[in-house]
Amino acid sequence: MKFPESWLRSFVDPKIPTQELARVLTMGGLDVESVEPVAPAFDKIVVGRVLEVAKHPNADRLTLCKVDVGGGTTLAIVCGAPNVVAGMKAPVAMVGARLPDMEIKQVKVRGVESSGMLCSAKDLGLSQDHSGLLALPAEAQLGADVRRVLDLDDQLITLKLTPNRGDCLSLLGIAREVSILTGSPLAVPAVAPAKAALDEKRGILLQDTEACPRYCGRVIRGVDAKARTPDWMVRRLERCGLRSISAIVDIANFVMLELGQPLHAFDNRAIEGEVIVRRAREGERLKLINGQEVELAPDVLLIADRKKPLALGGVMGGEASAVSGSTVDVFLEAAWFNPSAVAGRARRFALSSDAAFRFERGVDFAATPEAIERATQLILDVCGGAAGPISEAVATLPQRKPVRLRSSRASKIIGVQFSDEQIAGLLKRLQLPHARSGGEFTVIPPSYRFDLEIEEDMVEEIARLHGYDNIPSRPPQAKFTMLPAAEGRRTLSELKRILVDREYFEVVNFSFVEAQWERDFCGNAEPIALENPIAAQLDVMRSSLMGSLVANLRFNLARKLDRVRVFEAARCFLRSSGGEDPRDPARALAGYQQPLRIGGLAYGPAAAEQWGVPVRPVDFYDVKGDVEALLFPREARFAPLAHPGLHPGRAASVSLGGAAIGWLGELHPRWQRKYDLPQAPVLFELDVAGLAAVNMPQYREISKFPPVIRDRSMEFDEGIPVSGILEELARNRPPLVQNIRLFDFYRGKGVERGKKSLAFRVVMQDTARTLTDAEADAAMAQLTELLAAKFGAKLRT
Amino acid sequence: MQDLEPVVSEAIARFNGTEDVAELERIKARYLGKSGALAGAMKDLAKLAPQARREVGARINAAKDRIEAALAARREVLAAAELDSRLAEQALDVTLPARGLARGGLHPATRTLERIEQLFRSIGFDVADGPEIETDFHNFTALNQPQDHPARSMHDTFYLKGAGQNLLLRTHTSPIQVRYMQHHEPPFRIIAPGRVYRVDSDATHTPMFHQVEGLWIDEAVSFADLKGVLTDFLRKFFEDEKLRTRFRPSFFPFTEPSAEVDMSCVFCGGAGCRVCGQTGWLEVAGSGQVHPNVLKACGVDHEKYMGFAFGMGPDRLTMLRYGIDDLRLFYEGDLRFLAQFT
Repeated sequence: MKFPESWLRSFVDPKIPTQELARVLTMGGLDVESVEPVAPAFDKIVVGRVLEVAKHPNADRLTLCKVDVGGGTTLAIVCGAPNVVAGMKAPVAMVGARLPDMEIKQVKVRGVESSGMLCSAKDLGLSQDHSGLLALPAEAQLGADVRRVLDLDDQLITLKLTPNRGDCLSLLGIAREVSILTGSPLAVPAVAPAKAALDEKRGILLQDTEACPRYCGRVIRGVDAKARTPDWMVRRLERCGLRSISAIVDIANFVMLELGQPLHAFDNRAIEGEVIVRRAREGERLKLINGQEVELAPDVLLIADRKKPLALGGVMGGEASAVSGSTVDVFLEAAWFNPSAVAGRARRFALSSDAAFRFERGVDFAATPEAIERATQLILDVCGGAAGPISEAVATLPQRKPVRLRSSRASKIIGVQFSDEQIAGLLKRLQLPHARSGGEFTVIPPSYRFDLEIEEDMVEEIARLHGYDNIPSRPPQAKFTMLPAAEGRRTLSELKRILVDREYFEVVNFSFVEAQWERDFCGNAEPIALENPIAAQLDVMRSSLMGSLVANLRFNLARKLDRVRVFEAARCFLRSSGGEDPRDPARALAGYQQPLRIGGLAYGPAAAEQWGVPVRPVDFYDVKGDVEALLFPREARFAPLAHPGLHPGRAASVSLGGAAIGWLGELHPRWQRKYDLPQAPVLFELDVAGLAAVNMPQYREISKFPPVIRDRSMEFDEGIPVSGILEELARNRPPLVQNIRLFDFYRGKGVERGKKSLAFRVVMQDTARTLTDAEADAAMAQLTELLAAKFGAKLRT
Repeated sequence: MQDLEPVVSEAIARFNGTEDVAELERIKARYLGKSGALAGAMKDLAKLAPQARREVGARINAAKDRIEAALAARREVLAAAELDSRLAEQALDVTLPARGLARGGLHPATRTLERIEQLFRSIGFDVADGPEIETDFHNFTALNQPQDHPARSMHDTFYLKGAGQNLLLRTHTSPIQVRYMQHHEPPFRIIAPGRVYRVDSDATHTPMFHQVEGLWIDEAVSFADLKGVLTDFLRKFFEDEKLRTRFRPSFFPFTEPSAEVDMSCVFCGGAGCRVCGQTGWLEVAGSGQVHPNVLKACGVDHEKYMGFAFGMGPDRLTMLRYGIDDLRLFYEGDLRFLAQFT
């Protein structure tokens, strides 16, 4: 809501400067977004009349003007404006005047003296229009200060109103609030009912009294629809951000701004018979005044006659019944529409409607007749004509239920000890009628307030008027218990730090991605789609972090960075057949899974290029190390995996305790080519829930006796996975073997084709005595036999 | 008896005259060896009378001791010199860069979120989480915003296709407080950080951003407590005890009374600058006393329990703290940006 300060002060004029007024409004809950002057500072600009226009002797484009600036003074001024004509009135900057961009001096222009300057709107900083002189009204007094003539010593105040304060969408409403906040009296000019010069009344039929319980209308005949809107009204409308259209429309808008009641003027000829307020029929169509044709549904309220729809009730008028230059008779409407009958309708049809904006927030249902009287008065003044009496249909208007307010409750909620007297005083200042019994008040909210329904609403009024600044900031006091700290669970923040220590940078990507990424990387042909995506290519919810991470890689490669390690921790979105578990965010909604995942991508040299370290590209095993670091000290099981996004021979599933928690692998060469990547990145993605649990450490006795360490190399068939061998060794090792570790892997010269050599380091130890060589030899022999028997391994010599 | 003094002097001079360990040992043999100068003198000793023999013997021994001492000293000097030169050869350029992995970094928004969590945990706030695809009920209705409520237009909501406007991407973290209250018993003291979504995109708005919700419900948690906690938080977060806050009456469907929270501009201290639009104030949070309808919807006795909730934008706090002027940088994954927050 934007308005000129002068209009507000015509209703209530507190003796405080503009900035203080703005502060009072803001701290009263009407947030002042900006205060800006109507015009920049300038002085010594007066009204002048051009008496003569002669050609400049030395320049084709300039003229030499004689200008009367009043008081018997005539000035010779050189002018370059194309629209200058004798007889026009225009602003004259006198010698010594200071304009926004210049100072006016007595000068010679191409050899001719010029004693001042004739000004355009741009010269005065009023607009960007520099096409010619700013024409002033013919009645402007010669020599008068232009600031006064154009009413330029004014401020534009813009309020950012919250949706609960529909009552402040008018100057009257804002003035009422200023009066409450400052204690200055409110002076609203009384509106005298128009004399009914006609006795013509149009019938009104309310078919939906819930949606429209009150409708006032009046016929005004013989108006001059082409009458000029008075300058003062145009100025106020423009300063409120409304363009002048025609006198009748301007007056309806003016009254809406002044009193808050939206009005509509129909061309009376377009209405056949009585006016009917009814629900639209399915599929009914109406062309609106903005030229848009809408198809209606039964939840839309219509103003109609017996034959046709005329207007969208409370939203916008129809084109066919709109007033135009040829309108002679007007039917003026002022109605009260229930917020629920208007809410959302303008948005549905993508209409910008000042009326709907007000009705859906609540318009004062007690002030409908006053508004139609005010508009009638202005129409008769400006456009002439003769008014008929008001026809009014009224059903049951909303009732304001009494609201209880206890001083004790207000004190407790606000945190300030209020006495009953203080509360009574504040209610009085709020001008809220109330009854009182000790510390309990019963308040009747006024018809213009739609946000006072419960005790807390009244508490807010009390807090607001008392002043939020006057409420203390209290250090919190509470009965404290310690928060749980589970040692067996790792936080996401700890997991992130593990990756940071391994050179990964955290990224945050949008959860909506290109459908193509889902198809390519996840084989997901039917991802969860958005109804209204922000952009066509961001239309599906990602089921994996993979596509986003590849995009991060591409972004950075395009910026000449050739080593990229990034990770993200975020929810992914999948359909599921599972039911809901309200305590688990990942499964809070039936039919969907929203697991929190941590995923990473590594690309480029394994280590940043540096002296003494040979350069090699990062590979599967590097990233496997990162994954194991995330899991440590738990040990995962890795198994070959077929994944649509990954290289079929270089991808593994990751499982912990039998449950799959994620995967890692090299990007499929197909996608490497398609996404234009010089090398294939290695990626991983793990469920955070699966990673969080860690084992509590459990102490085991430390042996006092020396360990025996033996190495053994064995040859295996190429196809036997190492994990199976290690698991077999772990399961069936002799008791004195403490630990078996694979320390070498070899293929090539010296090893038969199709075979691989694995070397194990075996640590043997007993907690009670020193082992003999014979015992160690026996254990090693047992291991060799085990591997030979299970895997056909041969001892390597 | 030959005078031994010149022999000793000569030996010392020759020892000191060599820089070579082998040469030193050869010189040593000439004086202390079997056919050396002192050995000759010793041989002659037998010819002397007992009295003179004792006297001369003592002199020879003294001379021998002096030569041996000089030898030992010279050996040490030469050994030290040799060690020095060996160490000099082994010297490293200690200014060469270190080897190994560097470190990555957390996203700046994560730094802020972790800081917020840490500060609120220190006064007993637990951290809660919730789903990002939400129901209309949890995101709006339970928060006192029934269908067609004008406040809904404050949020431009993403809806899921084919779910008839029932499923949406949460527009704020407030549904987490709804879920938390539904499944826990008061008192409640939580913060809930997370990603939220709105149909909005320009230099200061991205369609996805972060929010942190806070909730404290107990038997007498007042608006004055809200002012205390948020003022304390902002001062601790920005490490500035002089930071001022301003609570402005406002409107949110889920709180009553409601307040917008402004803090004095961290760049100009409140004098007015470009960042704060010359007002001296920066809007950082929305807050208020939880609306009784919300408590009711969550099954909490609203006559017995009361308290406050707030929602703030950690992205904005991050931008203010680190002087970042474009929110879009947060979501581009540009390593040149991310590497600045290590």
